[in-house]
Amino acid sequence: MVDFPILSLMLALPLIGALFIVTIRGDEESVARNAKYTAFYCAVFTLALALYMLARFDGGTADFQFVEHYAWFPSLDIAYHLGVDGISLFFVVLSALLTPVCILASWNGIKKRVKEYMIAFLILETMMIGTFIALDAVLFYVFFEGVLIPMFIIIGVWGGPRRVYAAFKFFLYTLLGSVLLLLALLTLYFQVGTTDIPTLIANPVAGTLQMWLWVAFFAAFAVKMPMWPVHTWLPDAHVEAPTAGSVILAGVLLKMGGYGFLRFSLPMFPEASAYFADFVFWLSVIAIIYTSLVALVQDDMKKLIAYSSVAHMGFVTLGIFTATVAGIQGGIFQMISHGIISGALFLIVGVLYDRLHTREIARYGGLVKNMPKFAVMFMILMLGSVGLPGTSGFVGEFLSLLGAFQVNMLVALLATTGVVLGAAYMLRLYRLTVFGEQKHQDAAAMPDLDKRELVLFVPLVALVIIIGIFPNLILDRVGPSVDRLIMQYEAGLESGLETGQKSDGVFVPRGPQEGVE
Amino acid sequence: MSELSLAYIMPALPEIFLALASMALLICGVLMGNRQTFTLGWLTVITLAVAGLLVLGLDWTRTVTFNGLFVIDGFTAYVKMFVILGLIASLAMSIRYLYQEQMARFEYPVLVMLAGLGMMIMISSNHMLTLYLGLELQSLALYVLAAIRRNHARAAEAGIKYFILGALASGMLLFGMSLVYGFGGALGFEAIAAHLDGLESVPAGLVVGLVFILVGMAFKISAVPFHMWTPDVYQGAPTSVTALFAIVPKLAGMAILIRLLFEPFGALTADWQQIIWVLAAGSMIVGAFAGLVQGNIKRLLAYSSIGNMGYALIGVVAATQSAIGATLVYMIIYMVMTAGAFAALLMLRRDGRGISDIADFSGLSKTNPVLAYALAAIMFSMSGIPPLAGFFGKFLIFQAAVASGFYVLAVIGVLTSVVAAYYYLKIIKVMFFDEPQESCDKIAAFSKRIVLLCAILFIMLFIFWPDVLIETSVAAASSLFVAG
Repeated sequence: MVDFPILSLMLALPLIGALFIVTIRGDEESVARNAKYTAFYCAVFTLALALYMLARFDGGTADFQFVEHYAWFPSLDIAYHLGVDGISLFFVVLSALLTPVCILASWNGIKKRVKEYMIAFLILETMMIGTFIALDAVLFYVFFEGVLIPMFIIIGVWGGPRRVYAAFKFFLYTLLGSVLLLLALLTLYFQVGTTDIPTLIANPVAGTLQMWLWVAFFAAFAVKMPMWPVHTWLPDAHVEAPTAGSVILAGVLLKMGGYGFLRFSLPMFPEASAYFADFVFWLSVIAIIYTSLVALVQDDMKKLIAYSSVAHMGFVTLGIFTATVAGIQGGIFQMISHGIISGALFLIVGVLYDRLHTREIARYGGLVKNMPKFAVMFMILMLGSVGLPGTSGFVGEFLSLLGAFQVNMLVALLATTGVVLGAAYMLRLYRLTVFGEQKHQDAAAMPDLDKRELVLFVPLVALVIIIGIFPNLILDRVGPSVDRLIMQYEAGLESGLETGQKSDGVFVPRGPQEGVE
Repeated sequence: MSELSLAYIMPALPEIFLALASMALLICGVLMGNRQTFTLGWLTVITLAVAGLLVLGLDWTRTVTFNGLFVIDGFTAYVKMFVILGLIASLAMSIRYLYQEQMARFEYPVLVMLAGLGMMIMISSNHMLTLYLGLELQSLALYVLAAIRRNHARAAEAGIKYFILGALASGMLLFGMSLVYGFGGALGFEAIAAHLDGLESVPAGLVVGLVFILVGMAFKISAVPFHMWTPDVYQGAPTSVTALFAIVPKLAGMAILIRLLFEPFGALTADWQQIIWVLAAGSMIVGAFAGLVQGNIKRLLAYSSIGNMGYALIGVVAATQSAIGATLVYMIIYMVMTAGAFAALLMLRRDGRGISDIADFSGLSKTNPVLAYALAAIMFSMSGIPPLAGFFGKFLIFQAAVASGFYVLAVIGVLTSVVAAYYYLKIIKVMFFDEPQESCDKIAAFSKRIVLLCAILFIMLFIFWPDVLIETSVAAASSLFVAG
């Protein structure tokens, strides 16, 4: 434990940096330079705080740590309540890690309105960290939804040719999902009388209402995740966003959905989660197989990685809703690992795009000859994405599938084919870009990674290998919280069964199962 | 208490002061002529500020005076304070504009003050006739203001349209009052409430009267389906007048609507809830969908105001003390956002002319970055995205709806807010994502900047101290419920 409000500090630091950047005056060039440095140092300091928090985190308990609790809306009993447990810990670290990476990645690529760009990223960082540490549902919603503003601007101002379409699609899609979440939160508040997340978990609502609330929460998180069939905003947003926007989108924003399932859906609506589990499994399996097949035929590198993200997130939802230790740990691990790997893969695309200004796979080839360091980095990341043992990708997929096999053999078998398909499309991408003939003069003349880019890639690639070989670095700290989550889930199921029997007819299972199977 | 003692007229002191001051200022205006509009305008601002202090200085416990015609309590004081603030803001930011548009006539500030006086009387009314008196004083002043640029075809059209439709609504209101009088035998709010409480079954004529009164009031706050005048009047009137229309009369109208529903017609809650339900749902839907196709920012803000009235009415439907508090908070937040938006709009001029086509905003973030960011913050806030103030208004409203079990209304509300988000985003898109046109005029606009700055600070910082406004609003609403 620490004796200063470390979580609030992590929220405030990027905001202070953003305010400071607002006040920078001078000619365009010096403003841009100062803004970049301010943003970078702020992000690095935040990362240092996050690492300090990680070091001080007590892995032996499932309780919330570093808790801060102040009155916010006293009249409505809504509080400023922050805290971290094993489930949220690594998402906070991931957000703090990827922000400086993003700022560094945009160092030379962003030429116009650098000041605003840096402000947007710092605000985004506050919102992301806030989403993961908020222990009040309203506070959570504020951060969860507040992400839309900077992200809309990032895609819309610094994006590609179809940026306006992509920005609107991203914004309206996610907004539609989350307003339903808002209504569900308000209903919960009305039913339980508080928006405090630990209290809400301890007092699950009963019966049919739980089903409705689950559906509303699911709408928000499934869009954010994104799950098939509401994933269509993701390829557009990824393709049009600037490199760093894609990194943060794939690295952190997608994880908000998974985190929401773990923090809200599973512990608060255990009966509904169990009831809809099959439905989620089948959506996940469809996502894994269908989007893998779609990824297989993409000509655009970013689109390919975007579709692969949907497939990888399929493993996450599959793991989470098995409600087994292996499945949930696998889901969390897969999210962390995917955050690093897909973030880094988008950086890989960014490196190529900076040099040749195209993402078309066919325009590259034989890069191993002129860019050997790049080829090595790309290979490790590619293998991580495929899930090769020894990389972090393996642990997540393996554990998720292990959980799935314990619950539903058929689903697990089908999902496993996704691993094979994943290898197919990633190897195809790697072969076409890195190996083969050097067909194009300009591509053959591209310089290898420079120092700045190496600084970006080496830590990420090292992380992929380190947590791949020592997964317990993460799993040990996640473990107690996952155990408690499953305990709450099962306790909720039992009490739900009792009340269901007492007031017969209240809890009538009916729903979309037939339609899906 | 029939003799004319000081205690008898004290509660109406701010109104009496304003009435006398407006006469005095009118005479000054006649003597000094149109050249002194600037001085007169600022004098009016000061007078309004003094009236505001008088409102603050009065005892806010419930007092009924003038033989039951006039009432003050915490609710009226609260609403009057914000009405006066809104009047000050909208007048202060339009004085220079009057000169820019060559319509600096001395009547302008005096008419604004008379409209304000009408609103304050209306807010304090405790009798149907006081209500009608205040409403008409307000409306007549506003009709003239809408058409003050009389050699301008659109402004004249706006004035005529507003007048004819407004007169129609006033007629309906009067008809409703006469029905209520005929079937209920009273016009005073307490007397009507007492009569209704004593009835076993409510005569149909009384309900019809209530419906007509609601129609008249719905017109004044531009709730669907009585909103037709709003876009045309907003577009046709000079922008400074549109700002006034958008900021103040809605709040006053909403306040008296709430008092009408809860004091005289409190016994008919189940009846009027259905009517307000339809008005709220219709306003939200029309406000969201009709706004999508607008190319003129003033028309767009008109539809936005229609939609926002719909949200505010949700709190009225929910009909609890905290729900009315939520409606008040929503109205205040909406008022501040609108004031900010119009301050920015009044500042945007190109080649000496105000711009109001959304397409003219393109690339504003490059040519006038400060204004563009301010407008963007206001637009995000209007679409209800946290952490800005607009979100908390919607949050409280939906919370009230859910707590009273109006789930369908809440679902319509959140869905239309997504639709409406599209047109707010469209403005941001034009300002930030499109290529810039020639730059706008740089004008030193002190008062507009102050208004804009205050609005932006309010929008951004509301999240840190939300309880200040919420608690005062709920306290203001409580005076209605204690009395009822």
